[in-house]
Amino acid sequence: MKNPMRWLPLALLFAACAAPAQQKLVHEERSLYREVLVYEGDGERCMCFTRQCRIGRQSCINLNDPKHFALNYTRMALGGILFTGEKKPQRVLIVGLGGGTIPTALREILPDAQIDVAEIDPAVTRVAKEYFGFRTDPKLEVFEMDGRVYVKRSIREGKKYDAILLDAFDQEYIPEHLLTQEFLEEVKSLLAPGGVLIGNTFSSSKLYDHESTTYAAVYKTFFNLKTANRVIVARPAGLPTEKELRDRALQYELVLRGYGVDIYDVLPLFTTRVDWDTKARVLTDQFSPSNLLNR
Amino acid sequence: MRNAICLSVAFWSGFFVMGVELLGSRYLAPAFGSSIFVWGALITVFMLALSLGYLAGGRWSQYRPSLPRLGLLLAAAALTALPILPLSGAMLDELFFRIPDPRFGSLTAATLLFFVPTFFSGMVSPYCVRLLVQAKESSGKSAGLLYFVSTFGSAAGTILTSFYLVKWFRIDVILEGMIAVSIILAATAALVGGRSR
Repeated sequence: MKNPMRWLPLALLFAACAAPAQQKLVHEERSLYREVLVYEGDGERCMCFTRQCRIGRQSCINLNDPKHFALNYTRMALGGILFTGEKKPQRVLIVGLGGGTIPTALREILPDAQIDVAEIDPAVTRVAKEYFGFRTDPKLEVFEMDGRVYVKRSIREGKKYDAILLDAFDQEYIPEHLLTQEFLEEVKSLLAPGGVLIGNTFSSSKLYDHESTTYAAVYKTFFNLKTANRVIVARPAGLPTEKELRDRALQYELVLRGYGVDIYDVLPLFTTRVDWDTKARVLTDQFSPSNLLNR
Repeated sequence: MRNAICLSVAFWSGFFVMGVELLGSRYLAPAFGSSIFVWGALITVFMLALSLGYLAGGRWSQYRPSLPRLGLLLAAAALTALPILPLSGAMLDELFFRIPDPRFGSLTAATLLFFVPTFFSGMVSPYCVRLLVQAKESSGKSAGLLYFVSTFGSAAGTILTSFYLVKWFRIDVILEGMIAVSIILAATAALVGGRSR
């Protein structure tokens, strides 16, 4: 009973899976560190560091509604910045620019706040400005510097931040000196009293356990927000209660809706449940094989 | 036997140089980050130190060359790498604040920490050539063998350090281990060379 056609539906299915929505390369440039690529397709424009966005997308905007947050982690990160500090953030530091969707939104949501961004790669900043509507002004500045160098320098200058977002990783490469106990201690000392640290990190691979114990070594407990991505939210002064979180989130309910963020999607993600191997070795400046563990 | 020792020393010296260079990027990263400037500074210092080391090693080989003296070079490289262990923390932070430009900050740091041990490592290769060469006709062959062995050692040092050692050990422990191997090998060269003289 040979019927070649019976495989056809399966073949079609495979074809559909193998070829993702048609992506068009609209810009590429080679920087000191990587290729910065801009792809368009499916009504979205994305910044990627690998061909065909093979290993993740750095930043995406919806072409019809550029304000709308296209990537999931940005919602969690924004929630962390806005909902968890002891007071409304006045000074925010973001390590790693990407397309700049988060600083751009923060600049609008917190018009009085000073927002500093540390981005090592000038090409990323250039592309963010040209393709992702990112704009700098005196209240939103980009410092072309390694994140750790920026943090060290800021400590020396006596700066303090109410919220610090670490967003410098991608699936392909982790700057290992930005994922160590010593670095997290430095970041902690850069936080203003009641300030909050938000880390956009990984939800899978062996690195998950090591990263968790490293954060735990510095911050004891933290919120562990997980979807396909993982966002860690830590507050050295002690985490807010569920009620405090909800009250704060409600203040932003309407404005966040404009970015396609539903606070009732984000709030349930704030959990402190420990779901990692607490015996995993802590990452330090002496031991930081993050890229080897992230596979 | 003498040749085997000589080649082992050259292999290990190549391994040591690249191992230290990779660890060097780890030592520098907390203070200077991992921008392309830091790698540039590090590689510049290693290349410069090696080039001057080759020159000096060649010169010194004209003066009563011996296996124990080759061991001495290896030991010198290892012992001058020792200060990296205590200095890499506080000193780098201090340098970072003194020299705000990441290029010259990391260049200065890399010079202070890595120049001297790498210079002695560079002296090993030409010195080895002198010990290996029997006749003018075969000098190219001997030099070729030596380049092969020492560069192969560098390849081994690179891949082992970056793929495996950093996953198993703290970087201080890796450096201590490499220094220990150098000392053992240097002592072996001194003993064997001393006996067969």
